Amino acid sequence: MDHSHDHEHKETFITKYVFSQDHKTIAKQYLITGIFWALIGGAMSIIFRLQLGFPDMNLEFLRPILGGWITPTGKLDPEFYLALVTMHGTIMVFFVLTAGLSGTFSNFLIPLQIGARDMASGFLNMLSYWFFFLSSVVMFISIFIPTGPASGGWVIYPPLSALPQAMSGSGLGMTLWLVAMVFFIVSILLGGVNYITTIINLRTRGMSFSKLPLTIWSFFLTAIIGLLSFPVLVAAALLLIFDRTFGTSFYLSEIFINGEALPQMGGSPILFQHLFWFLGHPEVYIVLLPALGITSEIIATNSRKPIFGYKAMIISMLGITVLSFIVWAHHMFVTGMNPFLGSIFMLLTLIIAIPSAVKVFNYLTTLWKGNIVFTPAMMFSIGLVSFFISGGLTGIFLGNSAIDIQLHDTYFVVAHFHLVMGSASFFGMLAGVYHWFPKMFGRMMDSKLGYIHFWLTFAGVYLVFFPLHYIGIAGFPRRYYSFTNFDAFNMFTDLNSLVSIAAIVTFCAQFIFLFNFFYSMFRGKKAPANPWRSNTIEWTTPRVPGHGNWPGEIPIVYRWPYDYSKPGAAEDFILQTVPFSETKESNLPHENELIAEEEELKNMKVEEESHGH
Amino acid sequence: MASTATAQQIKNLWKGGVSPFRASYGKLMMWFFLLSDALTFSGLLITYGLLRYSKPAYEGTRDAFVPSQEYWPIPEKIFDGMPFLHGISLPLVFVAIMTFVLILSSVTMVLAVEAGSRMDRQGVIKWMLWTIIGGIAFLGCQAWEWSHFITGSGKEGWGIMLQDGTLFTGANLHMNEYGPQLFADLFFFITGFHGTHVLSGVIINIIIFYQVSVGVMEKRGHYEMVEKVGLYWHFVDLVWVFVFTFFYLI
Repeated sequence: MDHSHDHEHKETFITKYVFSQDHKTIAKQYLITGIFWALIGGAMSIIFRLQLGFPDMNLEFLRPILGGWITPTGKLDPEFYLALVTMHGTIMVFFVLTAGLSGTFSNFLIPLQIGARDMASGFLNMLSYWFFFLSSVVMFISIFIPTGPASGGWVIYPPLSALPQAMSGSGLGMTLWLVAMVFFIVSILLGGVNYITTIINLRTRGMSFSKLPLTIWSFFLTAIIGLLSFPVLVAAALLLIFDRTFGTSFYLSEIFINGEALPQMGGSPILFQHLFWFLGHPEVYIVLLPALGITSEIIATNSRKPIFGYKAMIISMLGITVLSFIVWAHHMFVTGMNPFLGSIFMLLTLIIAIPSAVKVFNYLTTLWKGNIVFTPAMMFSIGLVSFFISGGLTGIFLGNSAIDIQLHDTYFVVAHFHLVMGSASFFGMLAGVYHWFPKMFGRMMDSKLGYIHFWLTFAGVYLVFFPLHYIGIAGFPRRYYSFTNFDAFNMFTDLNSLVSIAAIVTFCAQFIFLFNFFYSMFRGKKAPANPWRSNTIEWTTPRVPGHGNWPGEIPIVYRWPYDYSKPGAAEDFILQTVPFSETKESNLPHENELIAEEEELKNMKVEEESHGH
Repeated sequence: MASTATAQQIKNLWKGGVSPFRASYGKLMMWFFLLSDALTFSGLLITYGLLRYSKPAYEGTRDAFVPSQEYWPIPEKIFDGMPFLHGISLPLVFVAIMTFVLILSSVTMVLAVEAGSRMDRQGVIKWMLWTIIGGIAFLGCQAWEWSHFITGSGKEGWGIMLQDGTLFTGANLHMNEYGPQLFADLFFFITGFHGTHVLSGVIINIIIFYQVSVGVMEKRGHYEMVEKVGLYWHFVDLVWVFVFTFFYLI
C-alpha cells in the first residue's frame, strides 16, 4: 500500500474510483471515457459511410437505433446525415483526441515521468475530469433530442449555427453543443494549468528541462497551446450565444429568411471564422503534439537507440507551437480574404513544413540501423510516422492559397486531415495505450492480437483515405448527403463503396483492441518491472504504483532519458536514475565532469508538502 | 501532494527538486489562468476593432455631432452624463472617476498584500475592506452608466422615431439611438463581461476577507491567498484600462 504518507487516509470505493484525486485513476477515467466516445464517433462515421458508399441500400435495419431518422422509404434522413458528420467531427476532435489523448497521457505520465507524487493540485485535476464528464453528458443527451444534435459542421459557422430557424439542428441541439463546449473548455483549462505548473514546479531532483522525456515536452507545449487558444473560442462562443439568444448581431447582417428580413445588421460571419480558427488551427497541434511525443519515446525505446536530435525535436516542437498561432487564416483562403494576406498566411503555413520535416527525419534516423523491437506500440508509432508523411505531403498543396481554390471543402481536405491529424493522433493514442498498459494496470496486453489490430487498422486507414484524395481532386464537396445526383461523380461509385467497406473493416478491427484491452486488464500476463527495458523513471515505481507513486523517497535523476545502446555499457539501456559515478565504463568525457554534481543533488533536502490535498 | 526542496544554496534553479520561480503552484496557476483570460479579452477587443471598421467614422465637427446609423459615434458625445447633473455635458468625466476608483482599489489591494507579508492581520482587514468598497463602488458606477445608456440622454434631436410614432431613446441589444446597433451590442457585451469579472473579483475578495478576519490565514502562517486574489484583482483593473481605451478614448 502507501508508505509515503504519514497521514494514511482511508480510501472508499467512491474516493478511489469515482472522485479520485490520484492522477493515475483520473488518467484511466479519461481513457475509458475517450474510448466510449471513440466508439460512438466511429459508429457515426460508419452510418454516413453506408449512405455514401451504398446510396441505394435499404437502411431499415438501423431503425431500432435511429428511429425516426430513417425515412419511411428506408433511407437516412438528410438532416440527420449533417448531424452525423457534425457530431463525428466534434466527438473525434474534442472528446477523443483532445480529452481522450492529452487527458489520459498528460495525467498519467507527467507525474510519473518527472518524478512527482501527483499533480500540483489533485483537486483541480479531479474537477477537470468531472467537467469533461459533465460536458460529455450534455453532448450525449443532445444526440437523442427530437430536433437532432448540432448539424452545422464541427466548425459551427454562423449564420447557419446562429439562427435556430435555419435548420432543425441549429435549435436545441446547437444550444446543447455550446453548453457542452463551455464545460469542455473549463475542463481543458483546469487540466492545462495543472499540467504546466506541475512540470515547472514538481520535477524531481536532477530533472532539468534538458533531461525531460520528449513526451513531457510535448504535453507541456500542448497545454500551453490549449491555454492560449481555447479562451478565444470562449469569446467566439459567447458572442454566438448572444446572437442566438438575445438577438445581437455580432455575426449576422442582412439575412432574409422566407423573404422576411431579419433585424440584425452590421455583423460579420467572417469574424467568427477568424476567432474560431484562432483556436481551430492550434487545436490541430493540441491533438497531434502529444501523439508525436509518445511516438518519440516509443521509437527511441524500441529502436534501442538514443532519439536522433533530442534538441532539434524540442526546437521543432517549440517552432510548431509558435507557428500554430499565426497560420489560422489558411482555413479561410476562399472567404474573400485579401489575396496579399492570403500569400502571407500561405508562407507562414508552408514554414510549418520545416519543423514537421525535422521531426519526421529524426524519427527515420532514429529507426535507421536501430536494433528494432517490433512491439505493437512500436508498430503503431511507425504507422503514425507513415500517416504523418502521407498526410503531411498533401498539406503542402492545401497550404497554397491558389491551389486551395480548387481543393477547398472537397474530400481532398478530408483525406488530408484524417491522415495527418486524425489517424496519426489516433495511432499515437493506441501506441501509448499498448506501451503504458503495463504501468496502468500491471499486466501485459496480448501482442498477437495487437499485431492483428495494427495491420487491419493500418491497411484500413490507407484504404479509406487514399481513395478520398481522388474523389476530392475530382471536386466532390464534403458534407454532401449524396453523390448520385451528379453525373460527373458516377464514376466514383465503386471507389466510394470500397472506402465504405474499408471503413467498416477498420471499425470492426477496433473491437479486437477493446477485447484485448479489457481482457488483459483482468487476465493479462503480469507485467515485469520494466517490460520494454526503458530508461524513463516511471518504470522504477512498483508494478502497480499506489497513491504517491514511489514508496519512500522519489528517485534522483542524473541523465537524459535516451541512453540506449551506449558504447561500453553492459546493458543496452541505462535508467535515468543511474548516476554517472556507477557507469564509468560508458561515460563520455563531459559526463565524467558531472559526477561532481551528484553529491550536491543527493544532499538537497526534500520537504514533502501536502498542500495538494 | 507536492515535494519541493528547501533551497539553500542551489546554483541552478531549473535542475529540478525546487520551484524555479520560487513561487507556489497556486500562484503559478493563477498567472497561467490570467494569461488565458487575457486571451479571451483580446479576442473580444479584436472583435470590437474589426466590427468598428464595418462603419465609417464620423467626419463632421465635434459640436455638430448627431448620432446616425451610418457612422460610428464619437464617445465623448455619448458618455457625457453625470448623476444629479442632468443636462450638463461633462464628456468622459464620470467614466474617469470610475476608472480612478478602480485603480485606487488596486492600490489598496497592494497595501493589503504588503500588510499580509508582514503578517499584520489588522492591516490586511483594513485594506481588503477598502478594496471591496472600491470594487462595489465601481460596479455601482457601472450600473448607473448602463442605466443612463439604456434610458437615453434625452438630447434635442436624438432618438429614433418608430413606425407607431413614438420616440425611442437610449439603447438595448436591438436598437441604439447613439449609432449603429453593433455599438450598443459591443458596449453591453464587453463592459458586461468585464463587469462580471469585477463582480466575481468582489465576491472572491469578500470570501478571503472573511477568512482573514476569522484568522484562517494566521493559522496557516502566511497570507499567500491574499496575494493570489490580488493578482486577479490587478488583472481585472488592467483589462479595464484596455476596455476603457477602446470604448471611450478611440
